Amino acid sequence: MFQNLPFWPPAASAQAGTVDALYLFLVALSVFMTLAIFIAIFVFAFKYRRRPGHKAVQIHGSWILETAWSVIPMGIFLVIFAWGAMIYYQAHTPPPDADTVYTVAKQWMWKFQHVTGQMELDELHVPVGRDIKLIMTSQDVIHSLFVPAFRVKQDVLPGRYTMVWFRATKPGTYHLFCSQYCGTQHSGMIGQVVVMTPTDYQAWLTQGGAWKSLSAQGNTLFQQLGCGTCHQQESQGRGPSLIGVYGHHVQLEDGRVITADEAYVRESILSPSAKVVSGFKPIMPVFQGLVDEDQLNQLVEYVKSLGNAPEGAAGTPSMIPAGTKSQTY
Amino acid sequence: MATPAVQDERPNYLNSTHGIRSWLLTTDHKRIALLYLMSVTFFFFIGGLFALLIRLELLTPAGDLVMADTYNKLFTMHGQIMVFFFLIPSIPAILGNFLVPMMIGAKDLAFPKINLLSWYIYIFAGGLMLYCIVTGGVDTGWTFYTPFSTAFSHTQVVEAALAIFINGFSSILTGLNFVVTIHRMRAPGLTWRRLPLFIWSHYAVSIIFLLGTPVLAITLLLVFFERVFNLGIFDPTRGGDPLLFQHLFWFYSHPAVYIMILPSMGVVSEIVPCFSRKRIFGYEFVAMSSIGIAVIGFLVWAHHMFVAGISLYAALIFSVLSYLVAVPSAIKVFNWTATMYKGSISLDTPMLYALGFIGLFTIGGLTGLFLAALGVDVHVHDTYFVIAHFHYVMVGGAVMGYMGGLHFWWPKMTGRMYPEIWGKLAAVTIFLGFNLTFFPQFILGYLGMPRRYWEYPPEFQVWNVLSTAGASILAVGYLLPMVYMIWSLRYGKIAGDNPWGAAGLEWKTQSPPITSNFEVTPEVTWEAYNYDEIPAPEEVPVG
Amino acid sequence: MAETSALATQEHEHSDLQHHFADMEQQKEASTLGMWVFLGTEIMFFGGMFLAYLVYRLKYYNEFATGSQSIDIWLGTINTIVLICSSLTVALGVKAAQRGKRKLLIVLIILTLIFGLAFLGIKGIEWYQKYQEHHVPGISFNISDIQAAHPHTPLNPGHAQLYFSLYFALTGLHALHMIIGIGIFLALLWMAWKGRFGPDYYTPMEIGGLYWHFVDIVWIYLFPLLYLIDRKHIP
Repeated sequence: MFQNLPFWPPAASAQAGTVDALYLFLVALSVFMTLAIFIAIFVFAFKYRRRPGHKAVQIHGSWILETAWSVIPMGIFLVIFAWGAMIYYQAHTPPPDADTVYTVAKQWMWKFQHVTGQMELDELHVPVGRDIKLIMTSQDVIHSLFVPAFRVKQDVLPGRYTMVWFRATKPGTYHLFCSQYCGTQHSGMIGQVVVMTPTDYQAWLTQGGAWKSLSAQGNTLFQQLGCGTCHQQESQGRGPSLIGVYGHHVQLEDGRVITADEAYVRESILSPSAKVVSGFKPIMPVFQGLVDEDQLNQLVEYVKSLGNAPEGAAGTPSMIPAGTKSQTY
Repeated sequence: MATPAVQDERPNYLNSTHGIRSWLLTTDHKRIALLYLMSVTFFFFIGGLFALLIRLELLTPAGDLVMADTYNKLFTMHGQIMVFFFLIPSIPAILGNFLVPMMIGAKDLAFPKINLLSWYIYIFAGGLMLYCIVTGGVDTGWTFYTPFSTAFSHTQVVEAALAIFINGFSSILTGLNFVVTIHRMRAPGLTWRRLPLFIWSHYAVSIIFLLGTPVLAITLLLVFFERVFNLGIFDPTRGGDPLLFQHLFWFYSHPAVYIMILPSMGVVSEIVPCFSRKRIFGYEFVAMSSIGIAVIGFLVWAHHMFVAGISLYAALIFSVLSYLVAVPSAIKVFNWTATMYKGSISLDTPMLYALGFIGLFTIGGLTGLFLAALGVDVHVHDTYFVIAHFHYVMVGGAVMGYMGGLHFWWPKMTGRMYPEIWGKLAAVTIFLGFNLTFFPQFILGYLGMPRRYWEYPPEFQVWNVLSTAGASILAVGYLLPMVYMIWSLRYGKIAGDNPWGAAGLEWKTQSPPITSNFEVTPEVTWEAYNYDEIPAPEEVPVG
Repeated sequence: MAETSALATQEHEHSDLQHHFADMEQQKEASTLGMWVFLGTEIMFFGGMFLAYLVYRLKYYNEFATGSQSIDIWLGTINTIVLICSSLTVALGVKAAQRGKRKLLIVLIILTLIFGLAFLGIKGIEWYQKYQEHHVPGISFNISDIQAAHPHTPLNPGHAQLYFSLYFALTGLHALHMIIGIGIFLALLWMAWKGRFGPDYYTPMEIGGLYWHFVDIVWIYLFPLLYLIDRKHIP
């Protein structure tokens, strides 16, 4: 009968164990405190029940007790805080070499795009043991990606990127929920995460035929939109060169130094005057409304691929020569 | 004390004037409290009906009772009505209105006409909300999250936002009245340290009314503008920031939780000493923890947004502040329990509710620790765990306190006793039904069932069936008092001025009180909860 | 408030004493505290919008700065002077009421009303300008003229519309408070006409004045935020 009466969700990620441990600690603490209060109430209600000859003893308070039951809980709370914060910190700092999957949510479906080009709806295939980072955005309202078996959840917002990462540890099929109310079919916006062994995953990657990689798609778009006219390989162009930008520090015109991440690349396409690179003028046109979320992801992935290129890679045959619009790789 | 037989003929606020006009144009805080009692109860049963339909729909995994859109409207309007038209006005506008002037020895609130105005605002807003419901309802969730509410929902968002916006002014005016009354109209000798804790908690609530409600008002006004004039204040496609909406919304709506729970804490602080025949343990700590909750409560709002996309540092700060606000709540629970120690305890109906409050609020508070813990919140956020948690606080806590208070002061308000047996039966039924309804939802939440789901995967069904079963018991539990309290108006035993042998100025005048509350303004020479000087009433049966 | 304590000693029954107060002093203190508390609420009411304004100003600096420069700073300055004058007449009016100078009080209240209406009139001119320039958020919203004035700074029309949305929301809400204030002062004018105010009863004039000063102070914050801050040249 316990199949129908589940108490515990499956645990299938590296994070699940740490979350469960804190959860269990909190359950134990809560059970202990609840029992303590309930037992005290029951014992007092019986032992000091009103009866002839029994009179209440007036006690006005006790500084020692008040201090004790303020300071001790505060101490315990701080331990829980620190414990919870550590888990949260890990959930917010993906390993640098995590594989990216671009995620676009819309009423009421999930679209996942792997950097290798595979696109899937309401289903996400991932290999066991790899760090996977989802770069997510929404086309309409706020959604939230929730995989109970991984103990991860992150709201997906329109107009910006949010991120969640996990490392699956157990092959299987797990629920994928939208947990932020998003309209009529909110409860229908569910899918599944399929965790596969590395060999199965490799087989899955190849089964759908040849996909054009996301950065290659981005390169095509980059040329179509004429971005290359200004963003040339060398920095002599009217815009800064994009080689080796991603993941590195960028000096801005207003003196700030920021690290170029996906959100920065995205913002610089949509609203270029927000963060202008030092030495350049804010002349780039606004691309908001001209590229959709899928195209944005392609461009971001393309710029990322340039960022990962080794120093001095410019001009090597694998890179696009400046000014040529037709070439893809 | 007057002899009960002649009591009914004595002039009091109920029989001083007659006719519907004398009620609709009254400026007597006690009559306004009864007007609130009737209207708030009406909205409670509307909200309860929605809750029952929600639970019936969730009996099966498939969405087979109502359509998806209907279900979304049900939980939205359940939330909006219960929060804004039942929980927030319940204790302050009914019991607070009735008792704040009496407890401090005043003839009325400082601004009686404004008090009546706030009831009319409430009725007007409530009427608009009903209009919104009958013309199709609203489906945004009670939280109105943008951009869904401003750019995507096709329902009556404008009407609902306007209704809640208008209703806010009712709260603000009530809070204003309380603050001024408590500051300026206390009887001679009634120093701050002698104030009943009910007054302290209402003072704390008023601070939140005054400083929080206007922020919600302006936020809903911006939502209204954005939807009507098609602006882009919260819509990211036009540069707006939906997270700004969430910040502004929760800046009010988290303290609003304390609006709901603080008055109940005040009620419990009156009931527990009375039925333990003891001064409250640690008076200063209970009083100051109310103020502490009101103040720190303003600094924790973003703990509703840990997975919304706020920065890591913001999350850390709001997490640690959320633990800070848990301390005063813990202090209260410990002090109430300690008050019972070596008391002379009688388990009458109000006491049963108060003890139920302590138990359920303890569970609600402890599960709050789960949600303030960042790592765990990521998993349980927006699941049934959250639903269970806030129902333990807002229904297990606030409503238990409200019911306890209603029973405790019923003899004062009406001059009649409710039937004690039925009172106890209802209290136990509500306690058991409540736990059966909401405890399974904690488990559902950790299993991962998201909130606001019309359909759900079949493995969640058994817990949902248990929850629905509990809800039907709970419904019976809430209907019982409705029946026997109306019955008691005519057939209840004449109560006498102080049936519980309670301390507090409200018990030193007749039941029901005269229009000006006291024949002569009382002069206070004693400390609060001086139960060593007041004999326990013999007519109260031994628990 | 110290000056009112002298009144407390006069224990006579006053026709303006409401039944639930013990004496005039208690009634006056309650009314004054009530207005102060109400103004605290008002601060939070405007505060939410100020916050939204500041957040977006930081986020979309260019659009907000250029939008700000497109508003007529002279109209704003004149309006500021008009409001400060009205605050003076209100402050003098409270004194006049306290001293029971009926005629002077009536003149001062009428002056206040004229200043208030002048403010609203000038505000109306400013809004009409905005309407003619297609700067009112909505379908006909267009910032090509602002863009033309700053050819080297690409402006996002959506973000500019945010500026004007908040401009109209803030000034509109303020104007609404002005209108309510004028209503209050019309009532005070009537009371002054009836000769209701004197040394032992001038609370309505005092709390009405508090309200008026508050609405002025809100403008004193709005004026720099919307018109003045950072008027540096934007190419």
